[in-house]
Amino acid sequence: MNALILSALLGVIMMFSGILLKDKKSIRGIAIAGMLLLLVMNVLEICGTVFFKVNTEGLMVFDRYALLFNTIAYLSTLIYLLLSAKDMEKVGVNYAEYFTLIFFILCGITLTSSFKSLLILFLGIEIISIPLYILTGSDKRNLKSNEASLKYFLLGAFSTGLMLMGIALIYGATGTFNTNFINLYYESPSALLIAGMLLLLFSMSFKVSAAPFHFWTPDVYDGAPTVFTSFMATIVKAAVFIAFIRLFDEAFGSLHARWQLFAGIITVATLFIGNITAVFQQSVKRMLAYSSIAQAGFMMLSLYSLNTDAKEGLLLYTAAYSFATIGIFAVLIKMNDYTFDGFNGFAKKQPLLAATTTIFLLSLAGIPLTAGFLSKFFMLKAALAGGGNLWLVIFAVLMAAVSVYYYFRVIQAMYFKDGEGAFIQASPFFKATLVVLAALIILLGIYPELLFYWIYF
Amino acid sequence: MVPVLLILIPLLGGLASFFIKNEKAVRSWVLFASLVTLSISIFGLTIFNSSGYLQHQCQWLQSLGASFSVKLDGMGQLLCLLNAIAYPVVILATWKSSYTRSHNFFGLMLLAQAGMMGVFLSMDALLFYFFWELALIPMYFLCSQWGGERRIAVTFKFFIYTFIGSLLMLIGILFVYSRTEAHTFSIASFYDAVLSDKEQFLVFWLFFAAFAIKMPIFPFHTWQPDTYEQAPTATTMILSGVMVKMGVFGLIRWLLPVVPMASFQLGNYVTTFAIIGMIYASLIAIQQNDLKRLVAYSSIAHIGLMCAAVFSENSSGMQGTMIQMFNHGINIIGLWIVVEIIERQFGTRKISDLGGLAQKAPVMAILLVIVALANIALPLTNAFAGEFLMFNGLFNSLGSKYSLWFTVSAGISIILAAVYTLNMIRKVFYGNTNTLTEAVTDVAITEKIALGIIVLLIFIFGVYPQALIDLTEKISVYILGEASLLPKVRTH
Repeated sequence: MNALILSALLGVIMMFSGILLKDKKSIRGIAIAGMLLLLVMNVLEICGTVFFKVNTEGLMVFDRYALLFNTIAYLSTLIYLLLSAKDMEKVGVNYAEYFTLIFFILCGITLTSSFKSLLILFLGIEIISIPLYILTGSDKRNLKSNEASLKYFLLGAFSTGLMLMGIALIYGATGTFNTNFINLYYESPSALLIAGMLLLLFSMSFKVSAAPFHFWTPDVYDGAPTVFTSFMATIVKAAVFIAFIRLFDEAFGSLHARWQLFAGIITVATLFIGNITAVFQQSVKRMLAYSSIAQAGFMMLSLYSLNTDAKEGLLLYTAAYSFATIGIFAVLIKMNDYTFDGFNGFAKKQPLLAATTTIFLLSLAGIPLTAGFLSKFFMLKAALAGGGNLWLVIFAVLMAAVSVYYYFRVIQAMYFKDGEGAFIQASPFFKATLVVLAALIILLGIYPELLFYWIYF
Repeated sequence: MVPVLLILIPLLGGLASFFIKNEKAVRSWVLFASLVTLSISIFGLTIFNSSGYLQHQCQWLQSLGASFSVKLDGMGQLLCLLNAIAYPVVILATWKSSYTRSHNFFGLMLLAQAGMMGVFLSMDALLFYFFWELALIPMYFLCSQWGGERRIAVTFKFFIYTFIGSLLMLIGILFVYSRTEAHTFSIASFYDAVLSDKEQFLVFWLFFAAFAIKMPIFPFHTWQPDTYEQAPTATTMILSGVMVKMGVFGLIRWLLPVVPMASFQLGNYVTTFAIIGMIYASLIAIQQNDLKRLVAYSSIAHIGLMCAAVFSENSSGMQGTMIQMFNHGINIIGLWIVVEIIERQFGTRKISDLGGLAQKAPVMAILLVIVALANIALPLTNAFAGEFLMFNGLFNSLGSKYSLWFTVSAGISIILAAVYTLNMIRKVFYGNTNTLTEAVTDVAITEKIALGIIVLLIFIFGVYPQALIDLTEKISVYILGEASLLPKVRTH
């Protein structure tokens, strides 16, 4: 609750700071300080200090899982702001508004991670989506950015329609929005309920860019200003995934056997399309867009298996994926050339940045000692625990091997290919943040209990 | 304590060397670190040879049922010793080779050593997997950065191959884990896991994929000659001397005892492929004109024999394999050292360009001939005892109807080994000198030391193989006991 109210407030504060303050540095300062405050408030709530006591029974529940995910999301956003807030200046003149929108999105994220009622879920998803449409199109004079924004808006609106339709059908079948009550209708689910559930499955798959609902992703991620792609592809996607698994665990957990096959098909399709298409990309930014689809495929495994390991693992996965992708994007934003060749000889010019980027890439590829490995490990373990899904797991693993191809292309370019090495301006602070981020990934990779401890302590 | 130090010293030594920018300093530092590791390994065999010192366990990933559990048993002792000996020898032998950004090179080398130590010591499946991958990553960087012309593509093939293998093994590990009673990754619970026949076959292939690619066994060997050829020689020495042993080691420690029934039933197929690979590799080796490729194919042939002997599932074959893993490592590093000296002096590895080196470089010639004779397992060289035991095991294999045929065809490849090895010696060292080899100088002092150590080891263990046999006796009996079908049948 602390974070929900504070994030909305911060959004408003940032809006006014844009009018009152002309100095970009102080705007940035306020945003980062606000973000830090948000994180602290959320951690305080985990420790039991709640400042705003509002009765949200039946609408929202701030359980450990939700709060822990919020912490991950806020921490990622804080790191994201520390690394890339300065680069937002390049996008356009409405500097303060970008922060405003980001805080509103965080408000939406808080809703989606802790909803108990389908209405709140819908609200949360919309509060996330609408600012995102704006951020995608924020590079006003860039046609690609405009195209991306329009595409995103139209398709997003369509999937939102599907979602509303689904919610309406479910309400018709059960007479309630509360997920716990919906879950009681498992004995003889009506066709309405099943139809509603499938519509929700499809619309949520759209939001997390799972195949075959992924077609917007590469264009939108590619067209949007890179700073905002970074935010969209990581924190937002992770949040929607948390909502996804919460919804299907709490509302449709008892019907798991009925939709498991659908989840399985979506998983396989997402893994296949994401990984195979990423192989053929020439631009690192676009590769990362497909990689985000591929990683979504792995996260879908948690939905497929839907057990304790899956849910815990998903938390770790969101952290690992967000941290690593934010790190790579932070470096990418500073480059002029987004192709793989743009990274040629990067290691000679910027050994530290190259080393940290390598750690991020290794984590995405799922190499041991990084958080990425353990998160994939949890997904596989969860999928195997059900038994009988061995082929799905083997398929996922083969796709993970494919992913090595395109992640390692960046490493090859940085270290083994000769080139000028792009000149990029990186302040010592930027470098230090990246090192901390890399250390965090390795720490989580060796000792994930650091995270899991908070779920149960 | 000893196993922890064996992992920790190369690890920390490697990390430290990333920060030593002076090439000479970093070289000395790495030599020092590897000598410390060697002395600890030797201490583990002598002074601290009691179970209190040889194992260590502490908590790690408790919620998953994994722990940091390491232990030195006979096989571990032998392979860690090999790993520990290999590094100082390799560093001495390549003392003259210069590397750009040498601090990175040596740092990665030591990290790879730490990874391999971990593989040989782990008593926990998840930990084993961690180290298995950690040994691979530095190798990837080493080969793609400092290798030959086609290094990037070749190394990438190598990496993808082995990565797919290890991911399949990961599934296997997870599968067995889900069948263990206590849901832990500890080796004891893996040995006790009750799997149905069908599951055993499945797990067998999942694990075998990783090991077969690593060894490599025909038809998974295609990455190997290219990688050996393109990698910097120091790395090749480690790859072929120590790293491929990880595959054979994996068979013995993680495959046979975990899925005894499947190993027993599928042993014939694996042996068949191993022996096809032996003969095939030997035939190709005869045709090779490139020294590096020749040694690479010869390595495939030798590894094939080890694999076949493992699946003979008797103590002679098992012990022979363990001993041969050590001795083959020593011999092949010796061969690589000679190749390295030749390549650095003449800038070519083509056998047809060389000739008459013995007249100009007698010391090198004598040392090479000794190493080469050890490679074909002449009596009184170290490889003899191991190969004899392996053939004995293969011949007396109770599980197979075809043991005679296996032994005969494997024997043919030994003859072929003599053909290509002696042919190589004849063409490179004898005959007339040509313009290129006129200006040859004999081996330098560091190389002399390195080759001297190798030759010394060849003779010591050639004359007194009993030391190795004693070391591996207990563990091979233990493994065979765990891999035996009898107690497992009872638990069903």
